[in-house]
Amino acid sequence: MENKHDNTTVSVQEIRALLKEVNDPEVPVLSVLDLGIVRDIRIDGGTVEVIITPTYSGCPAMDMIRTEIKAVLELHGYKDARITTVLSPAWTTEWMSQEGKDKLRAYGIAPPTPLQQVCHTKLFHREEAIQCPHCHSYHTSLISEFGSTACKALYRCEDCKEPFDYFKCH
Amino acid sequence: MSSSTPLLEYTLHLADDVLILGHRNSEWTGHGPILEQDIALSNIALDLIGQARNFYQYAAGLAGNDSGESIYPAGGGGVVTEDTLAFLRDGWDFRNSLLTEQTNGDWAKTILRQFFFSAFQVDLYEQLAVGRDTTLAAIGAKAYKEALYHLRWSSEWVIRLGDGTDESHQRMKKALEELWKFTGELYIPAPYERWAAEAEIGPDLSQLRVRWKERVKEVFDEAGLTYPVTEWMQTGGKEGRHTEQLGYVLAEMQFLQRAYPGCEW
Ligand SMILES: [Zn+2]
Repeated sequence: MENKHDNTTVSVQEIRALLKEVNDPEVPVLSVLDLGIVRDIRIDGGTVEVIITPTYSGCPAMDMIRTEIKAVLELHGYKDARITTVLSPAWTTEWMSQEGKDKLRAYGIAPPTPLQQVCHTKLFHREEAIQCPHCHSYHTSLISEFGSTACKALYRCEDCKEPFDYFKCH
Repeated sequence: MSSSTPLLEYTLHLADDVLILGHRNSEWTGHGPILEQDIALSNIALDLIGQARNFYQYAAGLAGNDSGESIYPAGGGGVVTEDTLAFLRDGWDFRNSLLTEQTNGDWAKTILRQFFFSAFQVDLYEQLAVGRDTTLAAIGAKAYKEALYHLRWSSEWVIRLGDGTDESHQRMKKALEELWKFTGELYIPAPYERWAAEAEIGPDLSQLRVRWKERVKEVFDEAGLTYPVTEWMQTGGKEGRHTEQLGYVLAEMQFLQRAYPGCEW
């Protein structure tokens, strides 16, 4: 089959628009762009290369994300797109878009705070106030450092009493 | 047959440490004392096995660079992959330290094993991240933050149990008696670690040891545990001489690929 795009029509903007359709299978409200794992899009002639980086070393969603990006690009006529994984520089929640953070909150997951929680290693000590995504109270407490996926911790709201996930800063 | 190189040996050692500890931790999945901690340990296992994959992928590339037949096991088409390195090597080829292969025991022993390893891993990876090998540096930098998180979690548990009830304190003391003799090996360099330090790829382990002692003492003080006077330390794992415990890990982990070569699901 002929590649329907030639080098004059392929643009990075088009590819970005398509990547907006690819969601993180574990936090389906976020696209791979919101998550900040797409590091670069390169176009060489008619061939597209998307450079991605994992959130955590053991993120089990990476294989699926690779497959889905490839599938979406193929569906839109970009044959033989290459998905390349890089480890450096290491992903950080600082790369999550503001739009992504707003989507998370609306979905019921507290978005990562800008402070580097993981960097202060003082024990039994949590400087950050995590806001409840349901009632917006800051009166919350940590239930567990580890939540349903590697990127989340489990909190409880002391006002509305609801438990919620916190997308921990990393 | 092509021979191995110090870089390949060093990379396999880094991979084996986190694969074996990750596998041990994963044995708790579904058996944790409470749901949240079951999930915590499973997540830590996932991080460690993910780190192992990154190291094995690099190692597989290095093994493939040799001309001629590799001394490492290959799968279909004669290719050495991350899977063949993990699932088809024998016990004496594994380069993990003895600490990582020890049995889970009770929660106290699992926690203490993780704490000892994380207290070593954070400084090791911080140094790898600034080393001269760009791939190992990238893997180290990526995993450093994960190791820090594991260190904080396990430190808090050592304190909680050491400074908890009589029973939790006794169990922590027993775990310490069982595991202490395996901690010295972390800092006694194997030939490939000496090579890595000289090549400025990895750290000088004797310097890391000072920092480890500080970290452990600080947590032990709060936990009401006595830092042991160093006695004889058992070594050998990093050069393929393991305790019997590794055999049990490999028997379970490798069974499927050995019984049904190349099986996928
Ligand atoms: Zn609330």
